[in-house]
Amino acid sequence: MKRPHRWAPKIAMLPTILTVVVIYVGCLSWTVFVSFTDSQSIPDLTPSGLEQWIRLFLDYRWRAAMSHMFVFGAFYVIGCLVLGYVLAIFIDQRVRGEDFFRTVILCPHALSFIVTGELWKWYLDPEFGLQKFVRDLGWSRFTFDWIADRHLAIYTLVIAGIWQSVGVVMVLMLAGLRSVDEDIWKVTRVDGIPALRVYLSVVPPMMLPSLLTSVALLGTGAVKNYDLVVAMTGGGPGIATDVPSKFVMEYLFERSNIGLAAAGATTMLLTTIVVAAPLLLWQAWQRRRRLARNA
Amino acid sequence: MAVGLAFPDHAAGPAPRRLSPARLAIYVFLAFSAAFFLVPIYIMIATALKTMPEIRGGSALHWPVAPDLVAWFKAWSSACVGLDCTGIHVGFWNSVRIVVPSVFLAVLVGAINGYCLSFWRFRGANLMFAIMLFAIFIPYQVFVFPMISISAFFGQYGKLPGIILVHVIFGMPIMTLMFRNYFAGLPIDVFKAARVDGAGFWRIFWQIMLPMSKPIIVVAVIWQATASWNDYLLGLVFAGRDNLPMTAQLNLLVTAEMGAHEYNVDMAATLQTALIPLIIYFVSGKWFARGIAAGAVKG
Repeated sequence: MKRPHRWAPKIAMLPTILTVVVIYVGCLSWTVFVSFTDSQSIPDLTPSGLEQWIRLFLDYRWRAAMSHMFVFGAFYVIGCLVLGYVLAIFIDQRVRGEDFFRTVILCPHALSFIVTGELWKWYLDPEFGLQKFVRDLGWSRFTFDWIADRHLAIYTLVIAGIWQSVGVVMVLMLAGLRSVDEDIWKVTRVDGIPALRVYLSVVPPMMLPSLLTSVALLGTGAVKNYDLVVAMTGGGPGIATDVPSKFVMEYLFERSNIGLAAAGATTMLLTTIVVAAPLLLWQAWQRRRRLARNA
Repeated sequence: MAVGLAFPDHAAGPAPRRLSPARLAIYVFLAFSAAFFLVPIYIMIATALKTMPEIRGGSALHWPVAPDLVAWFKAWSSACVGLDCTGIHVGFWNSVRIVVPSVFLAVLVGAINGYCLSFWRFRGANLMFAIMLFAIFIPYQVFVFPMISISAFFGQYGKLPGIILVHVIFGMPIMTLMFRNYFAGLPIDVFKAARVDGAGFWRIFWQIMLPMSKPIIVVAVIWQATASWNDYLLGLVFAGRDNLPMTAQLNLLVTAEMGAHEYNVDMAATLQTALIPLIIYFVSGKWFARGIAAGAVKG
């Protein structure tokens, strides 16, 4: 066998290698570095220590944005996991019309967060949407105006976010449920273990891959969350639904404080690392175990 | 399991004939869930078909008394997007011009990467793949500013090739992941036999591997087309005013503060923006769900 092709894969992957080095490593490092400089509207690479970081975390709006992100993230991730798992369990009960239900549940995921935001803004509009509909039915004092409420607007984002994303969890969990060994189901039936316990404590550990994948996807999605906020609430009322992603975009492009924006972006990056770590560590551990077994 | 292409299959066995109370509860729950997912889509269509007086008189959930397409045509060809009152069709065609080449390129690059990473491993390949996997999770805000400088340096900032390339750059990791996992599931003997027969790097790729990867190509195309059509942030930053994608134009159209809000036009424009992904979703059927299983990051 001749081996004239040792260079071929490297040449074929050259664009990718360049992208990884220049964009994924280069641009990322640049942003982290710039967070330690005094860059205003144009990048200035003289280090200025922690100045931007101190300014950032003293900024009332940034701290509010961070806490909104955590509130949104917690409810969004847990909501998607619980509802997605319940939907997957119910669909797995040999129901008629399984295809219909699956198609409907996953359908919103085909839509962008911009479209999702426009839809839900209209749906929850106190003057014309759900509230008006229920009042017209006769419950004239029914109130559901969260989207205009400073304290509750963030939860309307959670509802819309879950609506868009829960289908993915349902698909992953359904795949997880159906990958559980048939014998396990038989044993639990023979032993008469109640269904509730099977789904709460027997099956979940076997679905760890689906679970970790969902957590990483949803959690990092919550950090990235930008389009939905822009389309649905614009960060309002006031700054009630402002989020770090929006804060960073504004300081990059409108308020021209690149150093501060870079510190914000780096904080988002760190949050992403923490959220994705369980999945990535588990994968690395699995790979090590596979290698050890093959050796 | 290397790739989720076998999934989703159906529940084992037929549905039971008898409708016990427990099973009735399951159906009631699923019916309520279906309503939760469908109502927002229903009100989008209903509102788009109404006149403004009817919208003011009723609620978003009523079906129009006399459906008409006035709002639909206005949204498409004469509603104001920013300062231009040319409708959202401009954004539609911008998105087509961005999405079509970026899908083609991202899938091709992903296929080549997956092929190299499965059959032609070289030093550093693992590290590169690990970085790519992690990049899937990173917010764009971390990259955009220096990327603007780079694209400006090459004279591509705010130009069509620039935004296409940005989509390829951010689509590539997941495309690579899909193809790598798919190729890893193919029997290695196919590759070895081709090597023994003297086939080279590119011949094996074009004549053996690519023809064998039709299922994953379908999945990858659906994924990348939906993702790049639905993108907002990248288009907003990199496309420039003349190439602004449909999502960005939709947001401009809806947030325009001039005059009274025309909710029917807003919803018609929203429906038009949602149309391509919805068509992809309903035409592709189970392939869409397969893409989620295949794109879910597994090592």
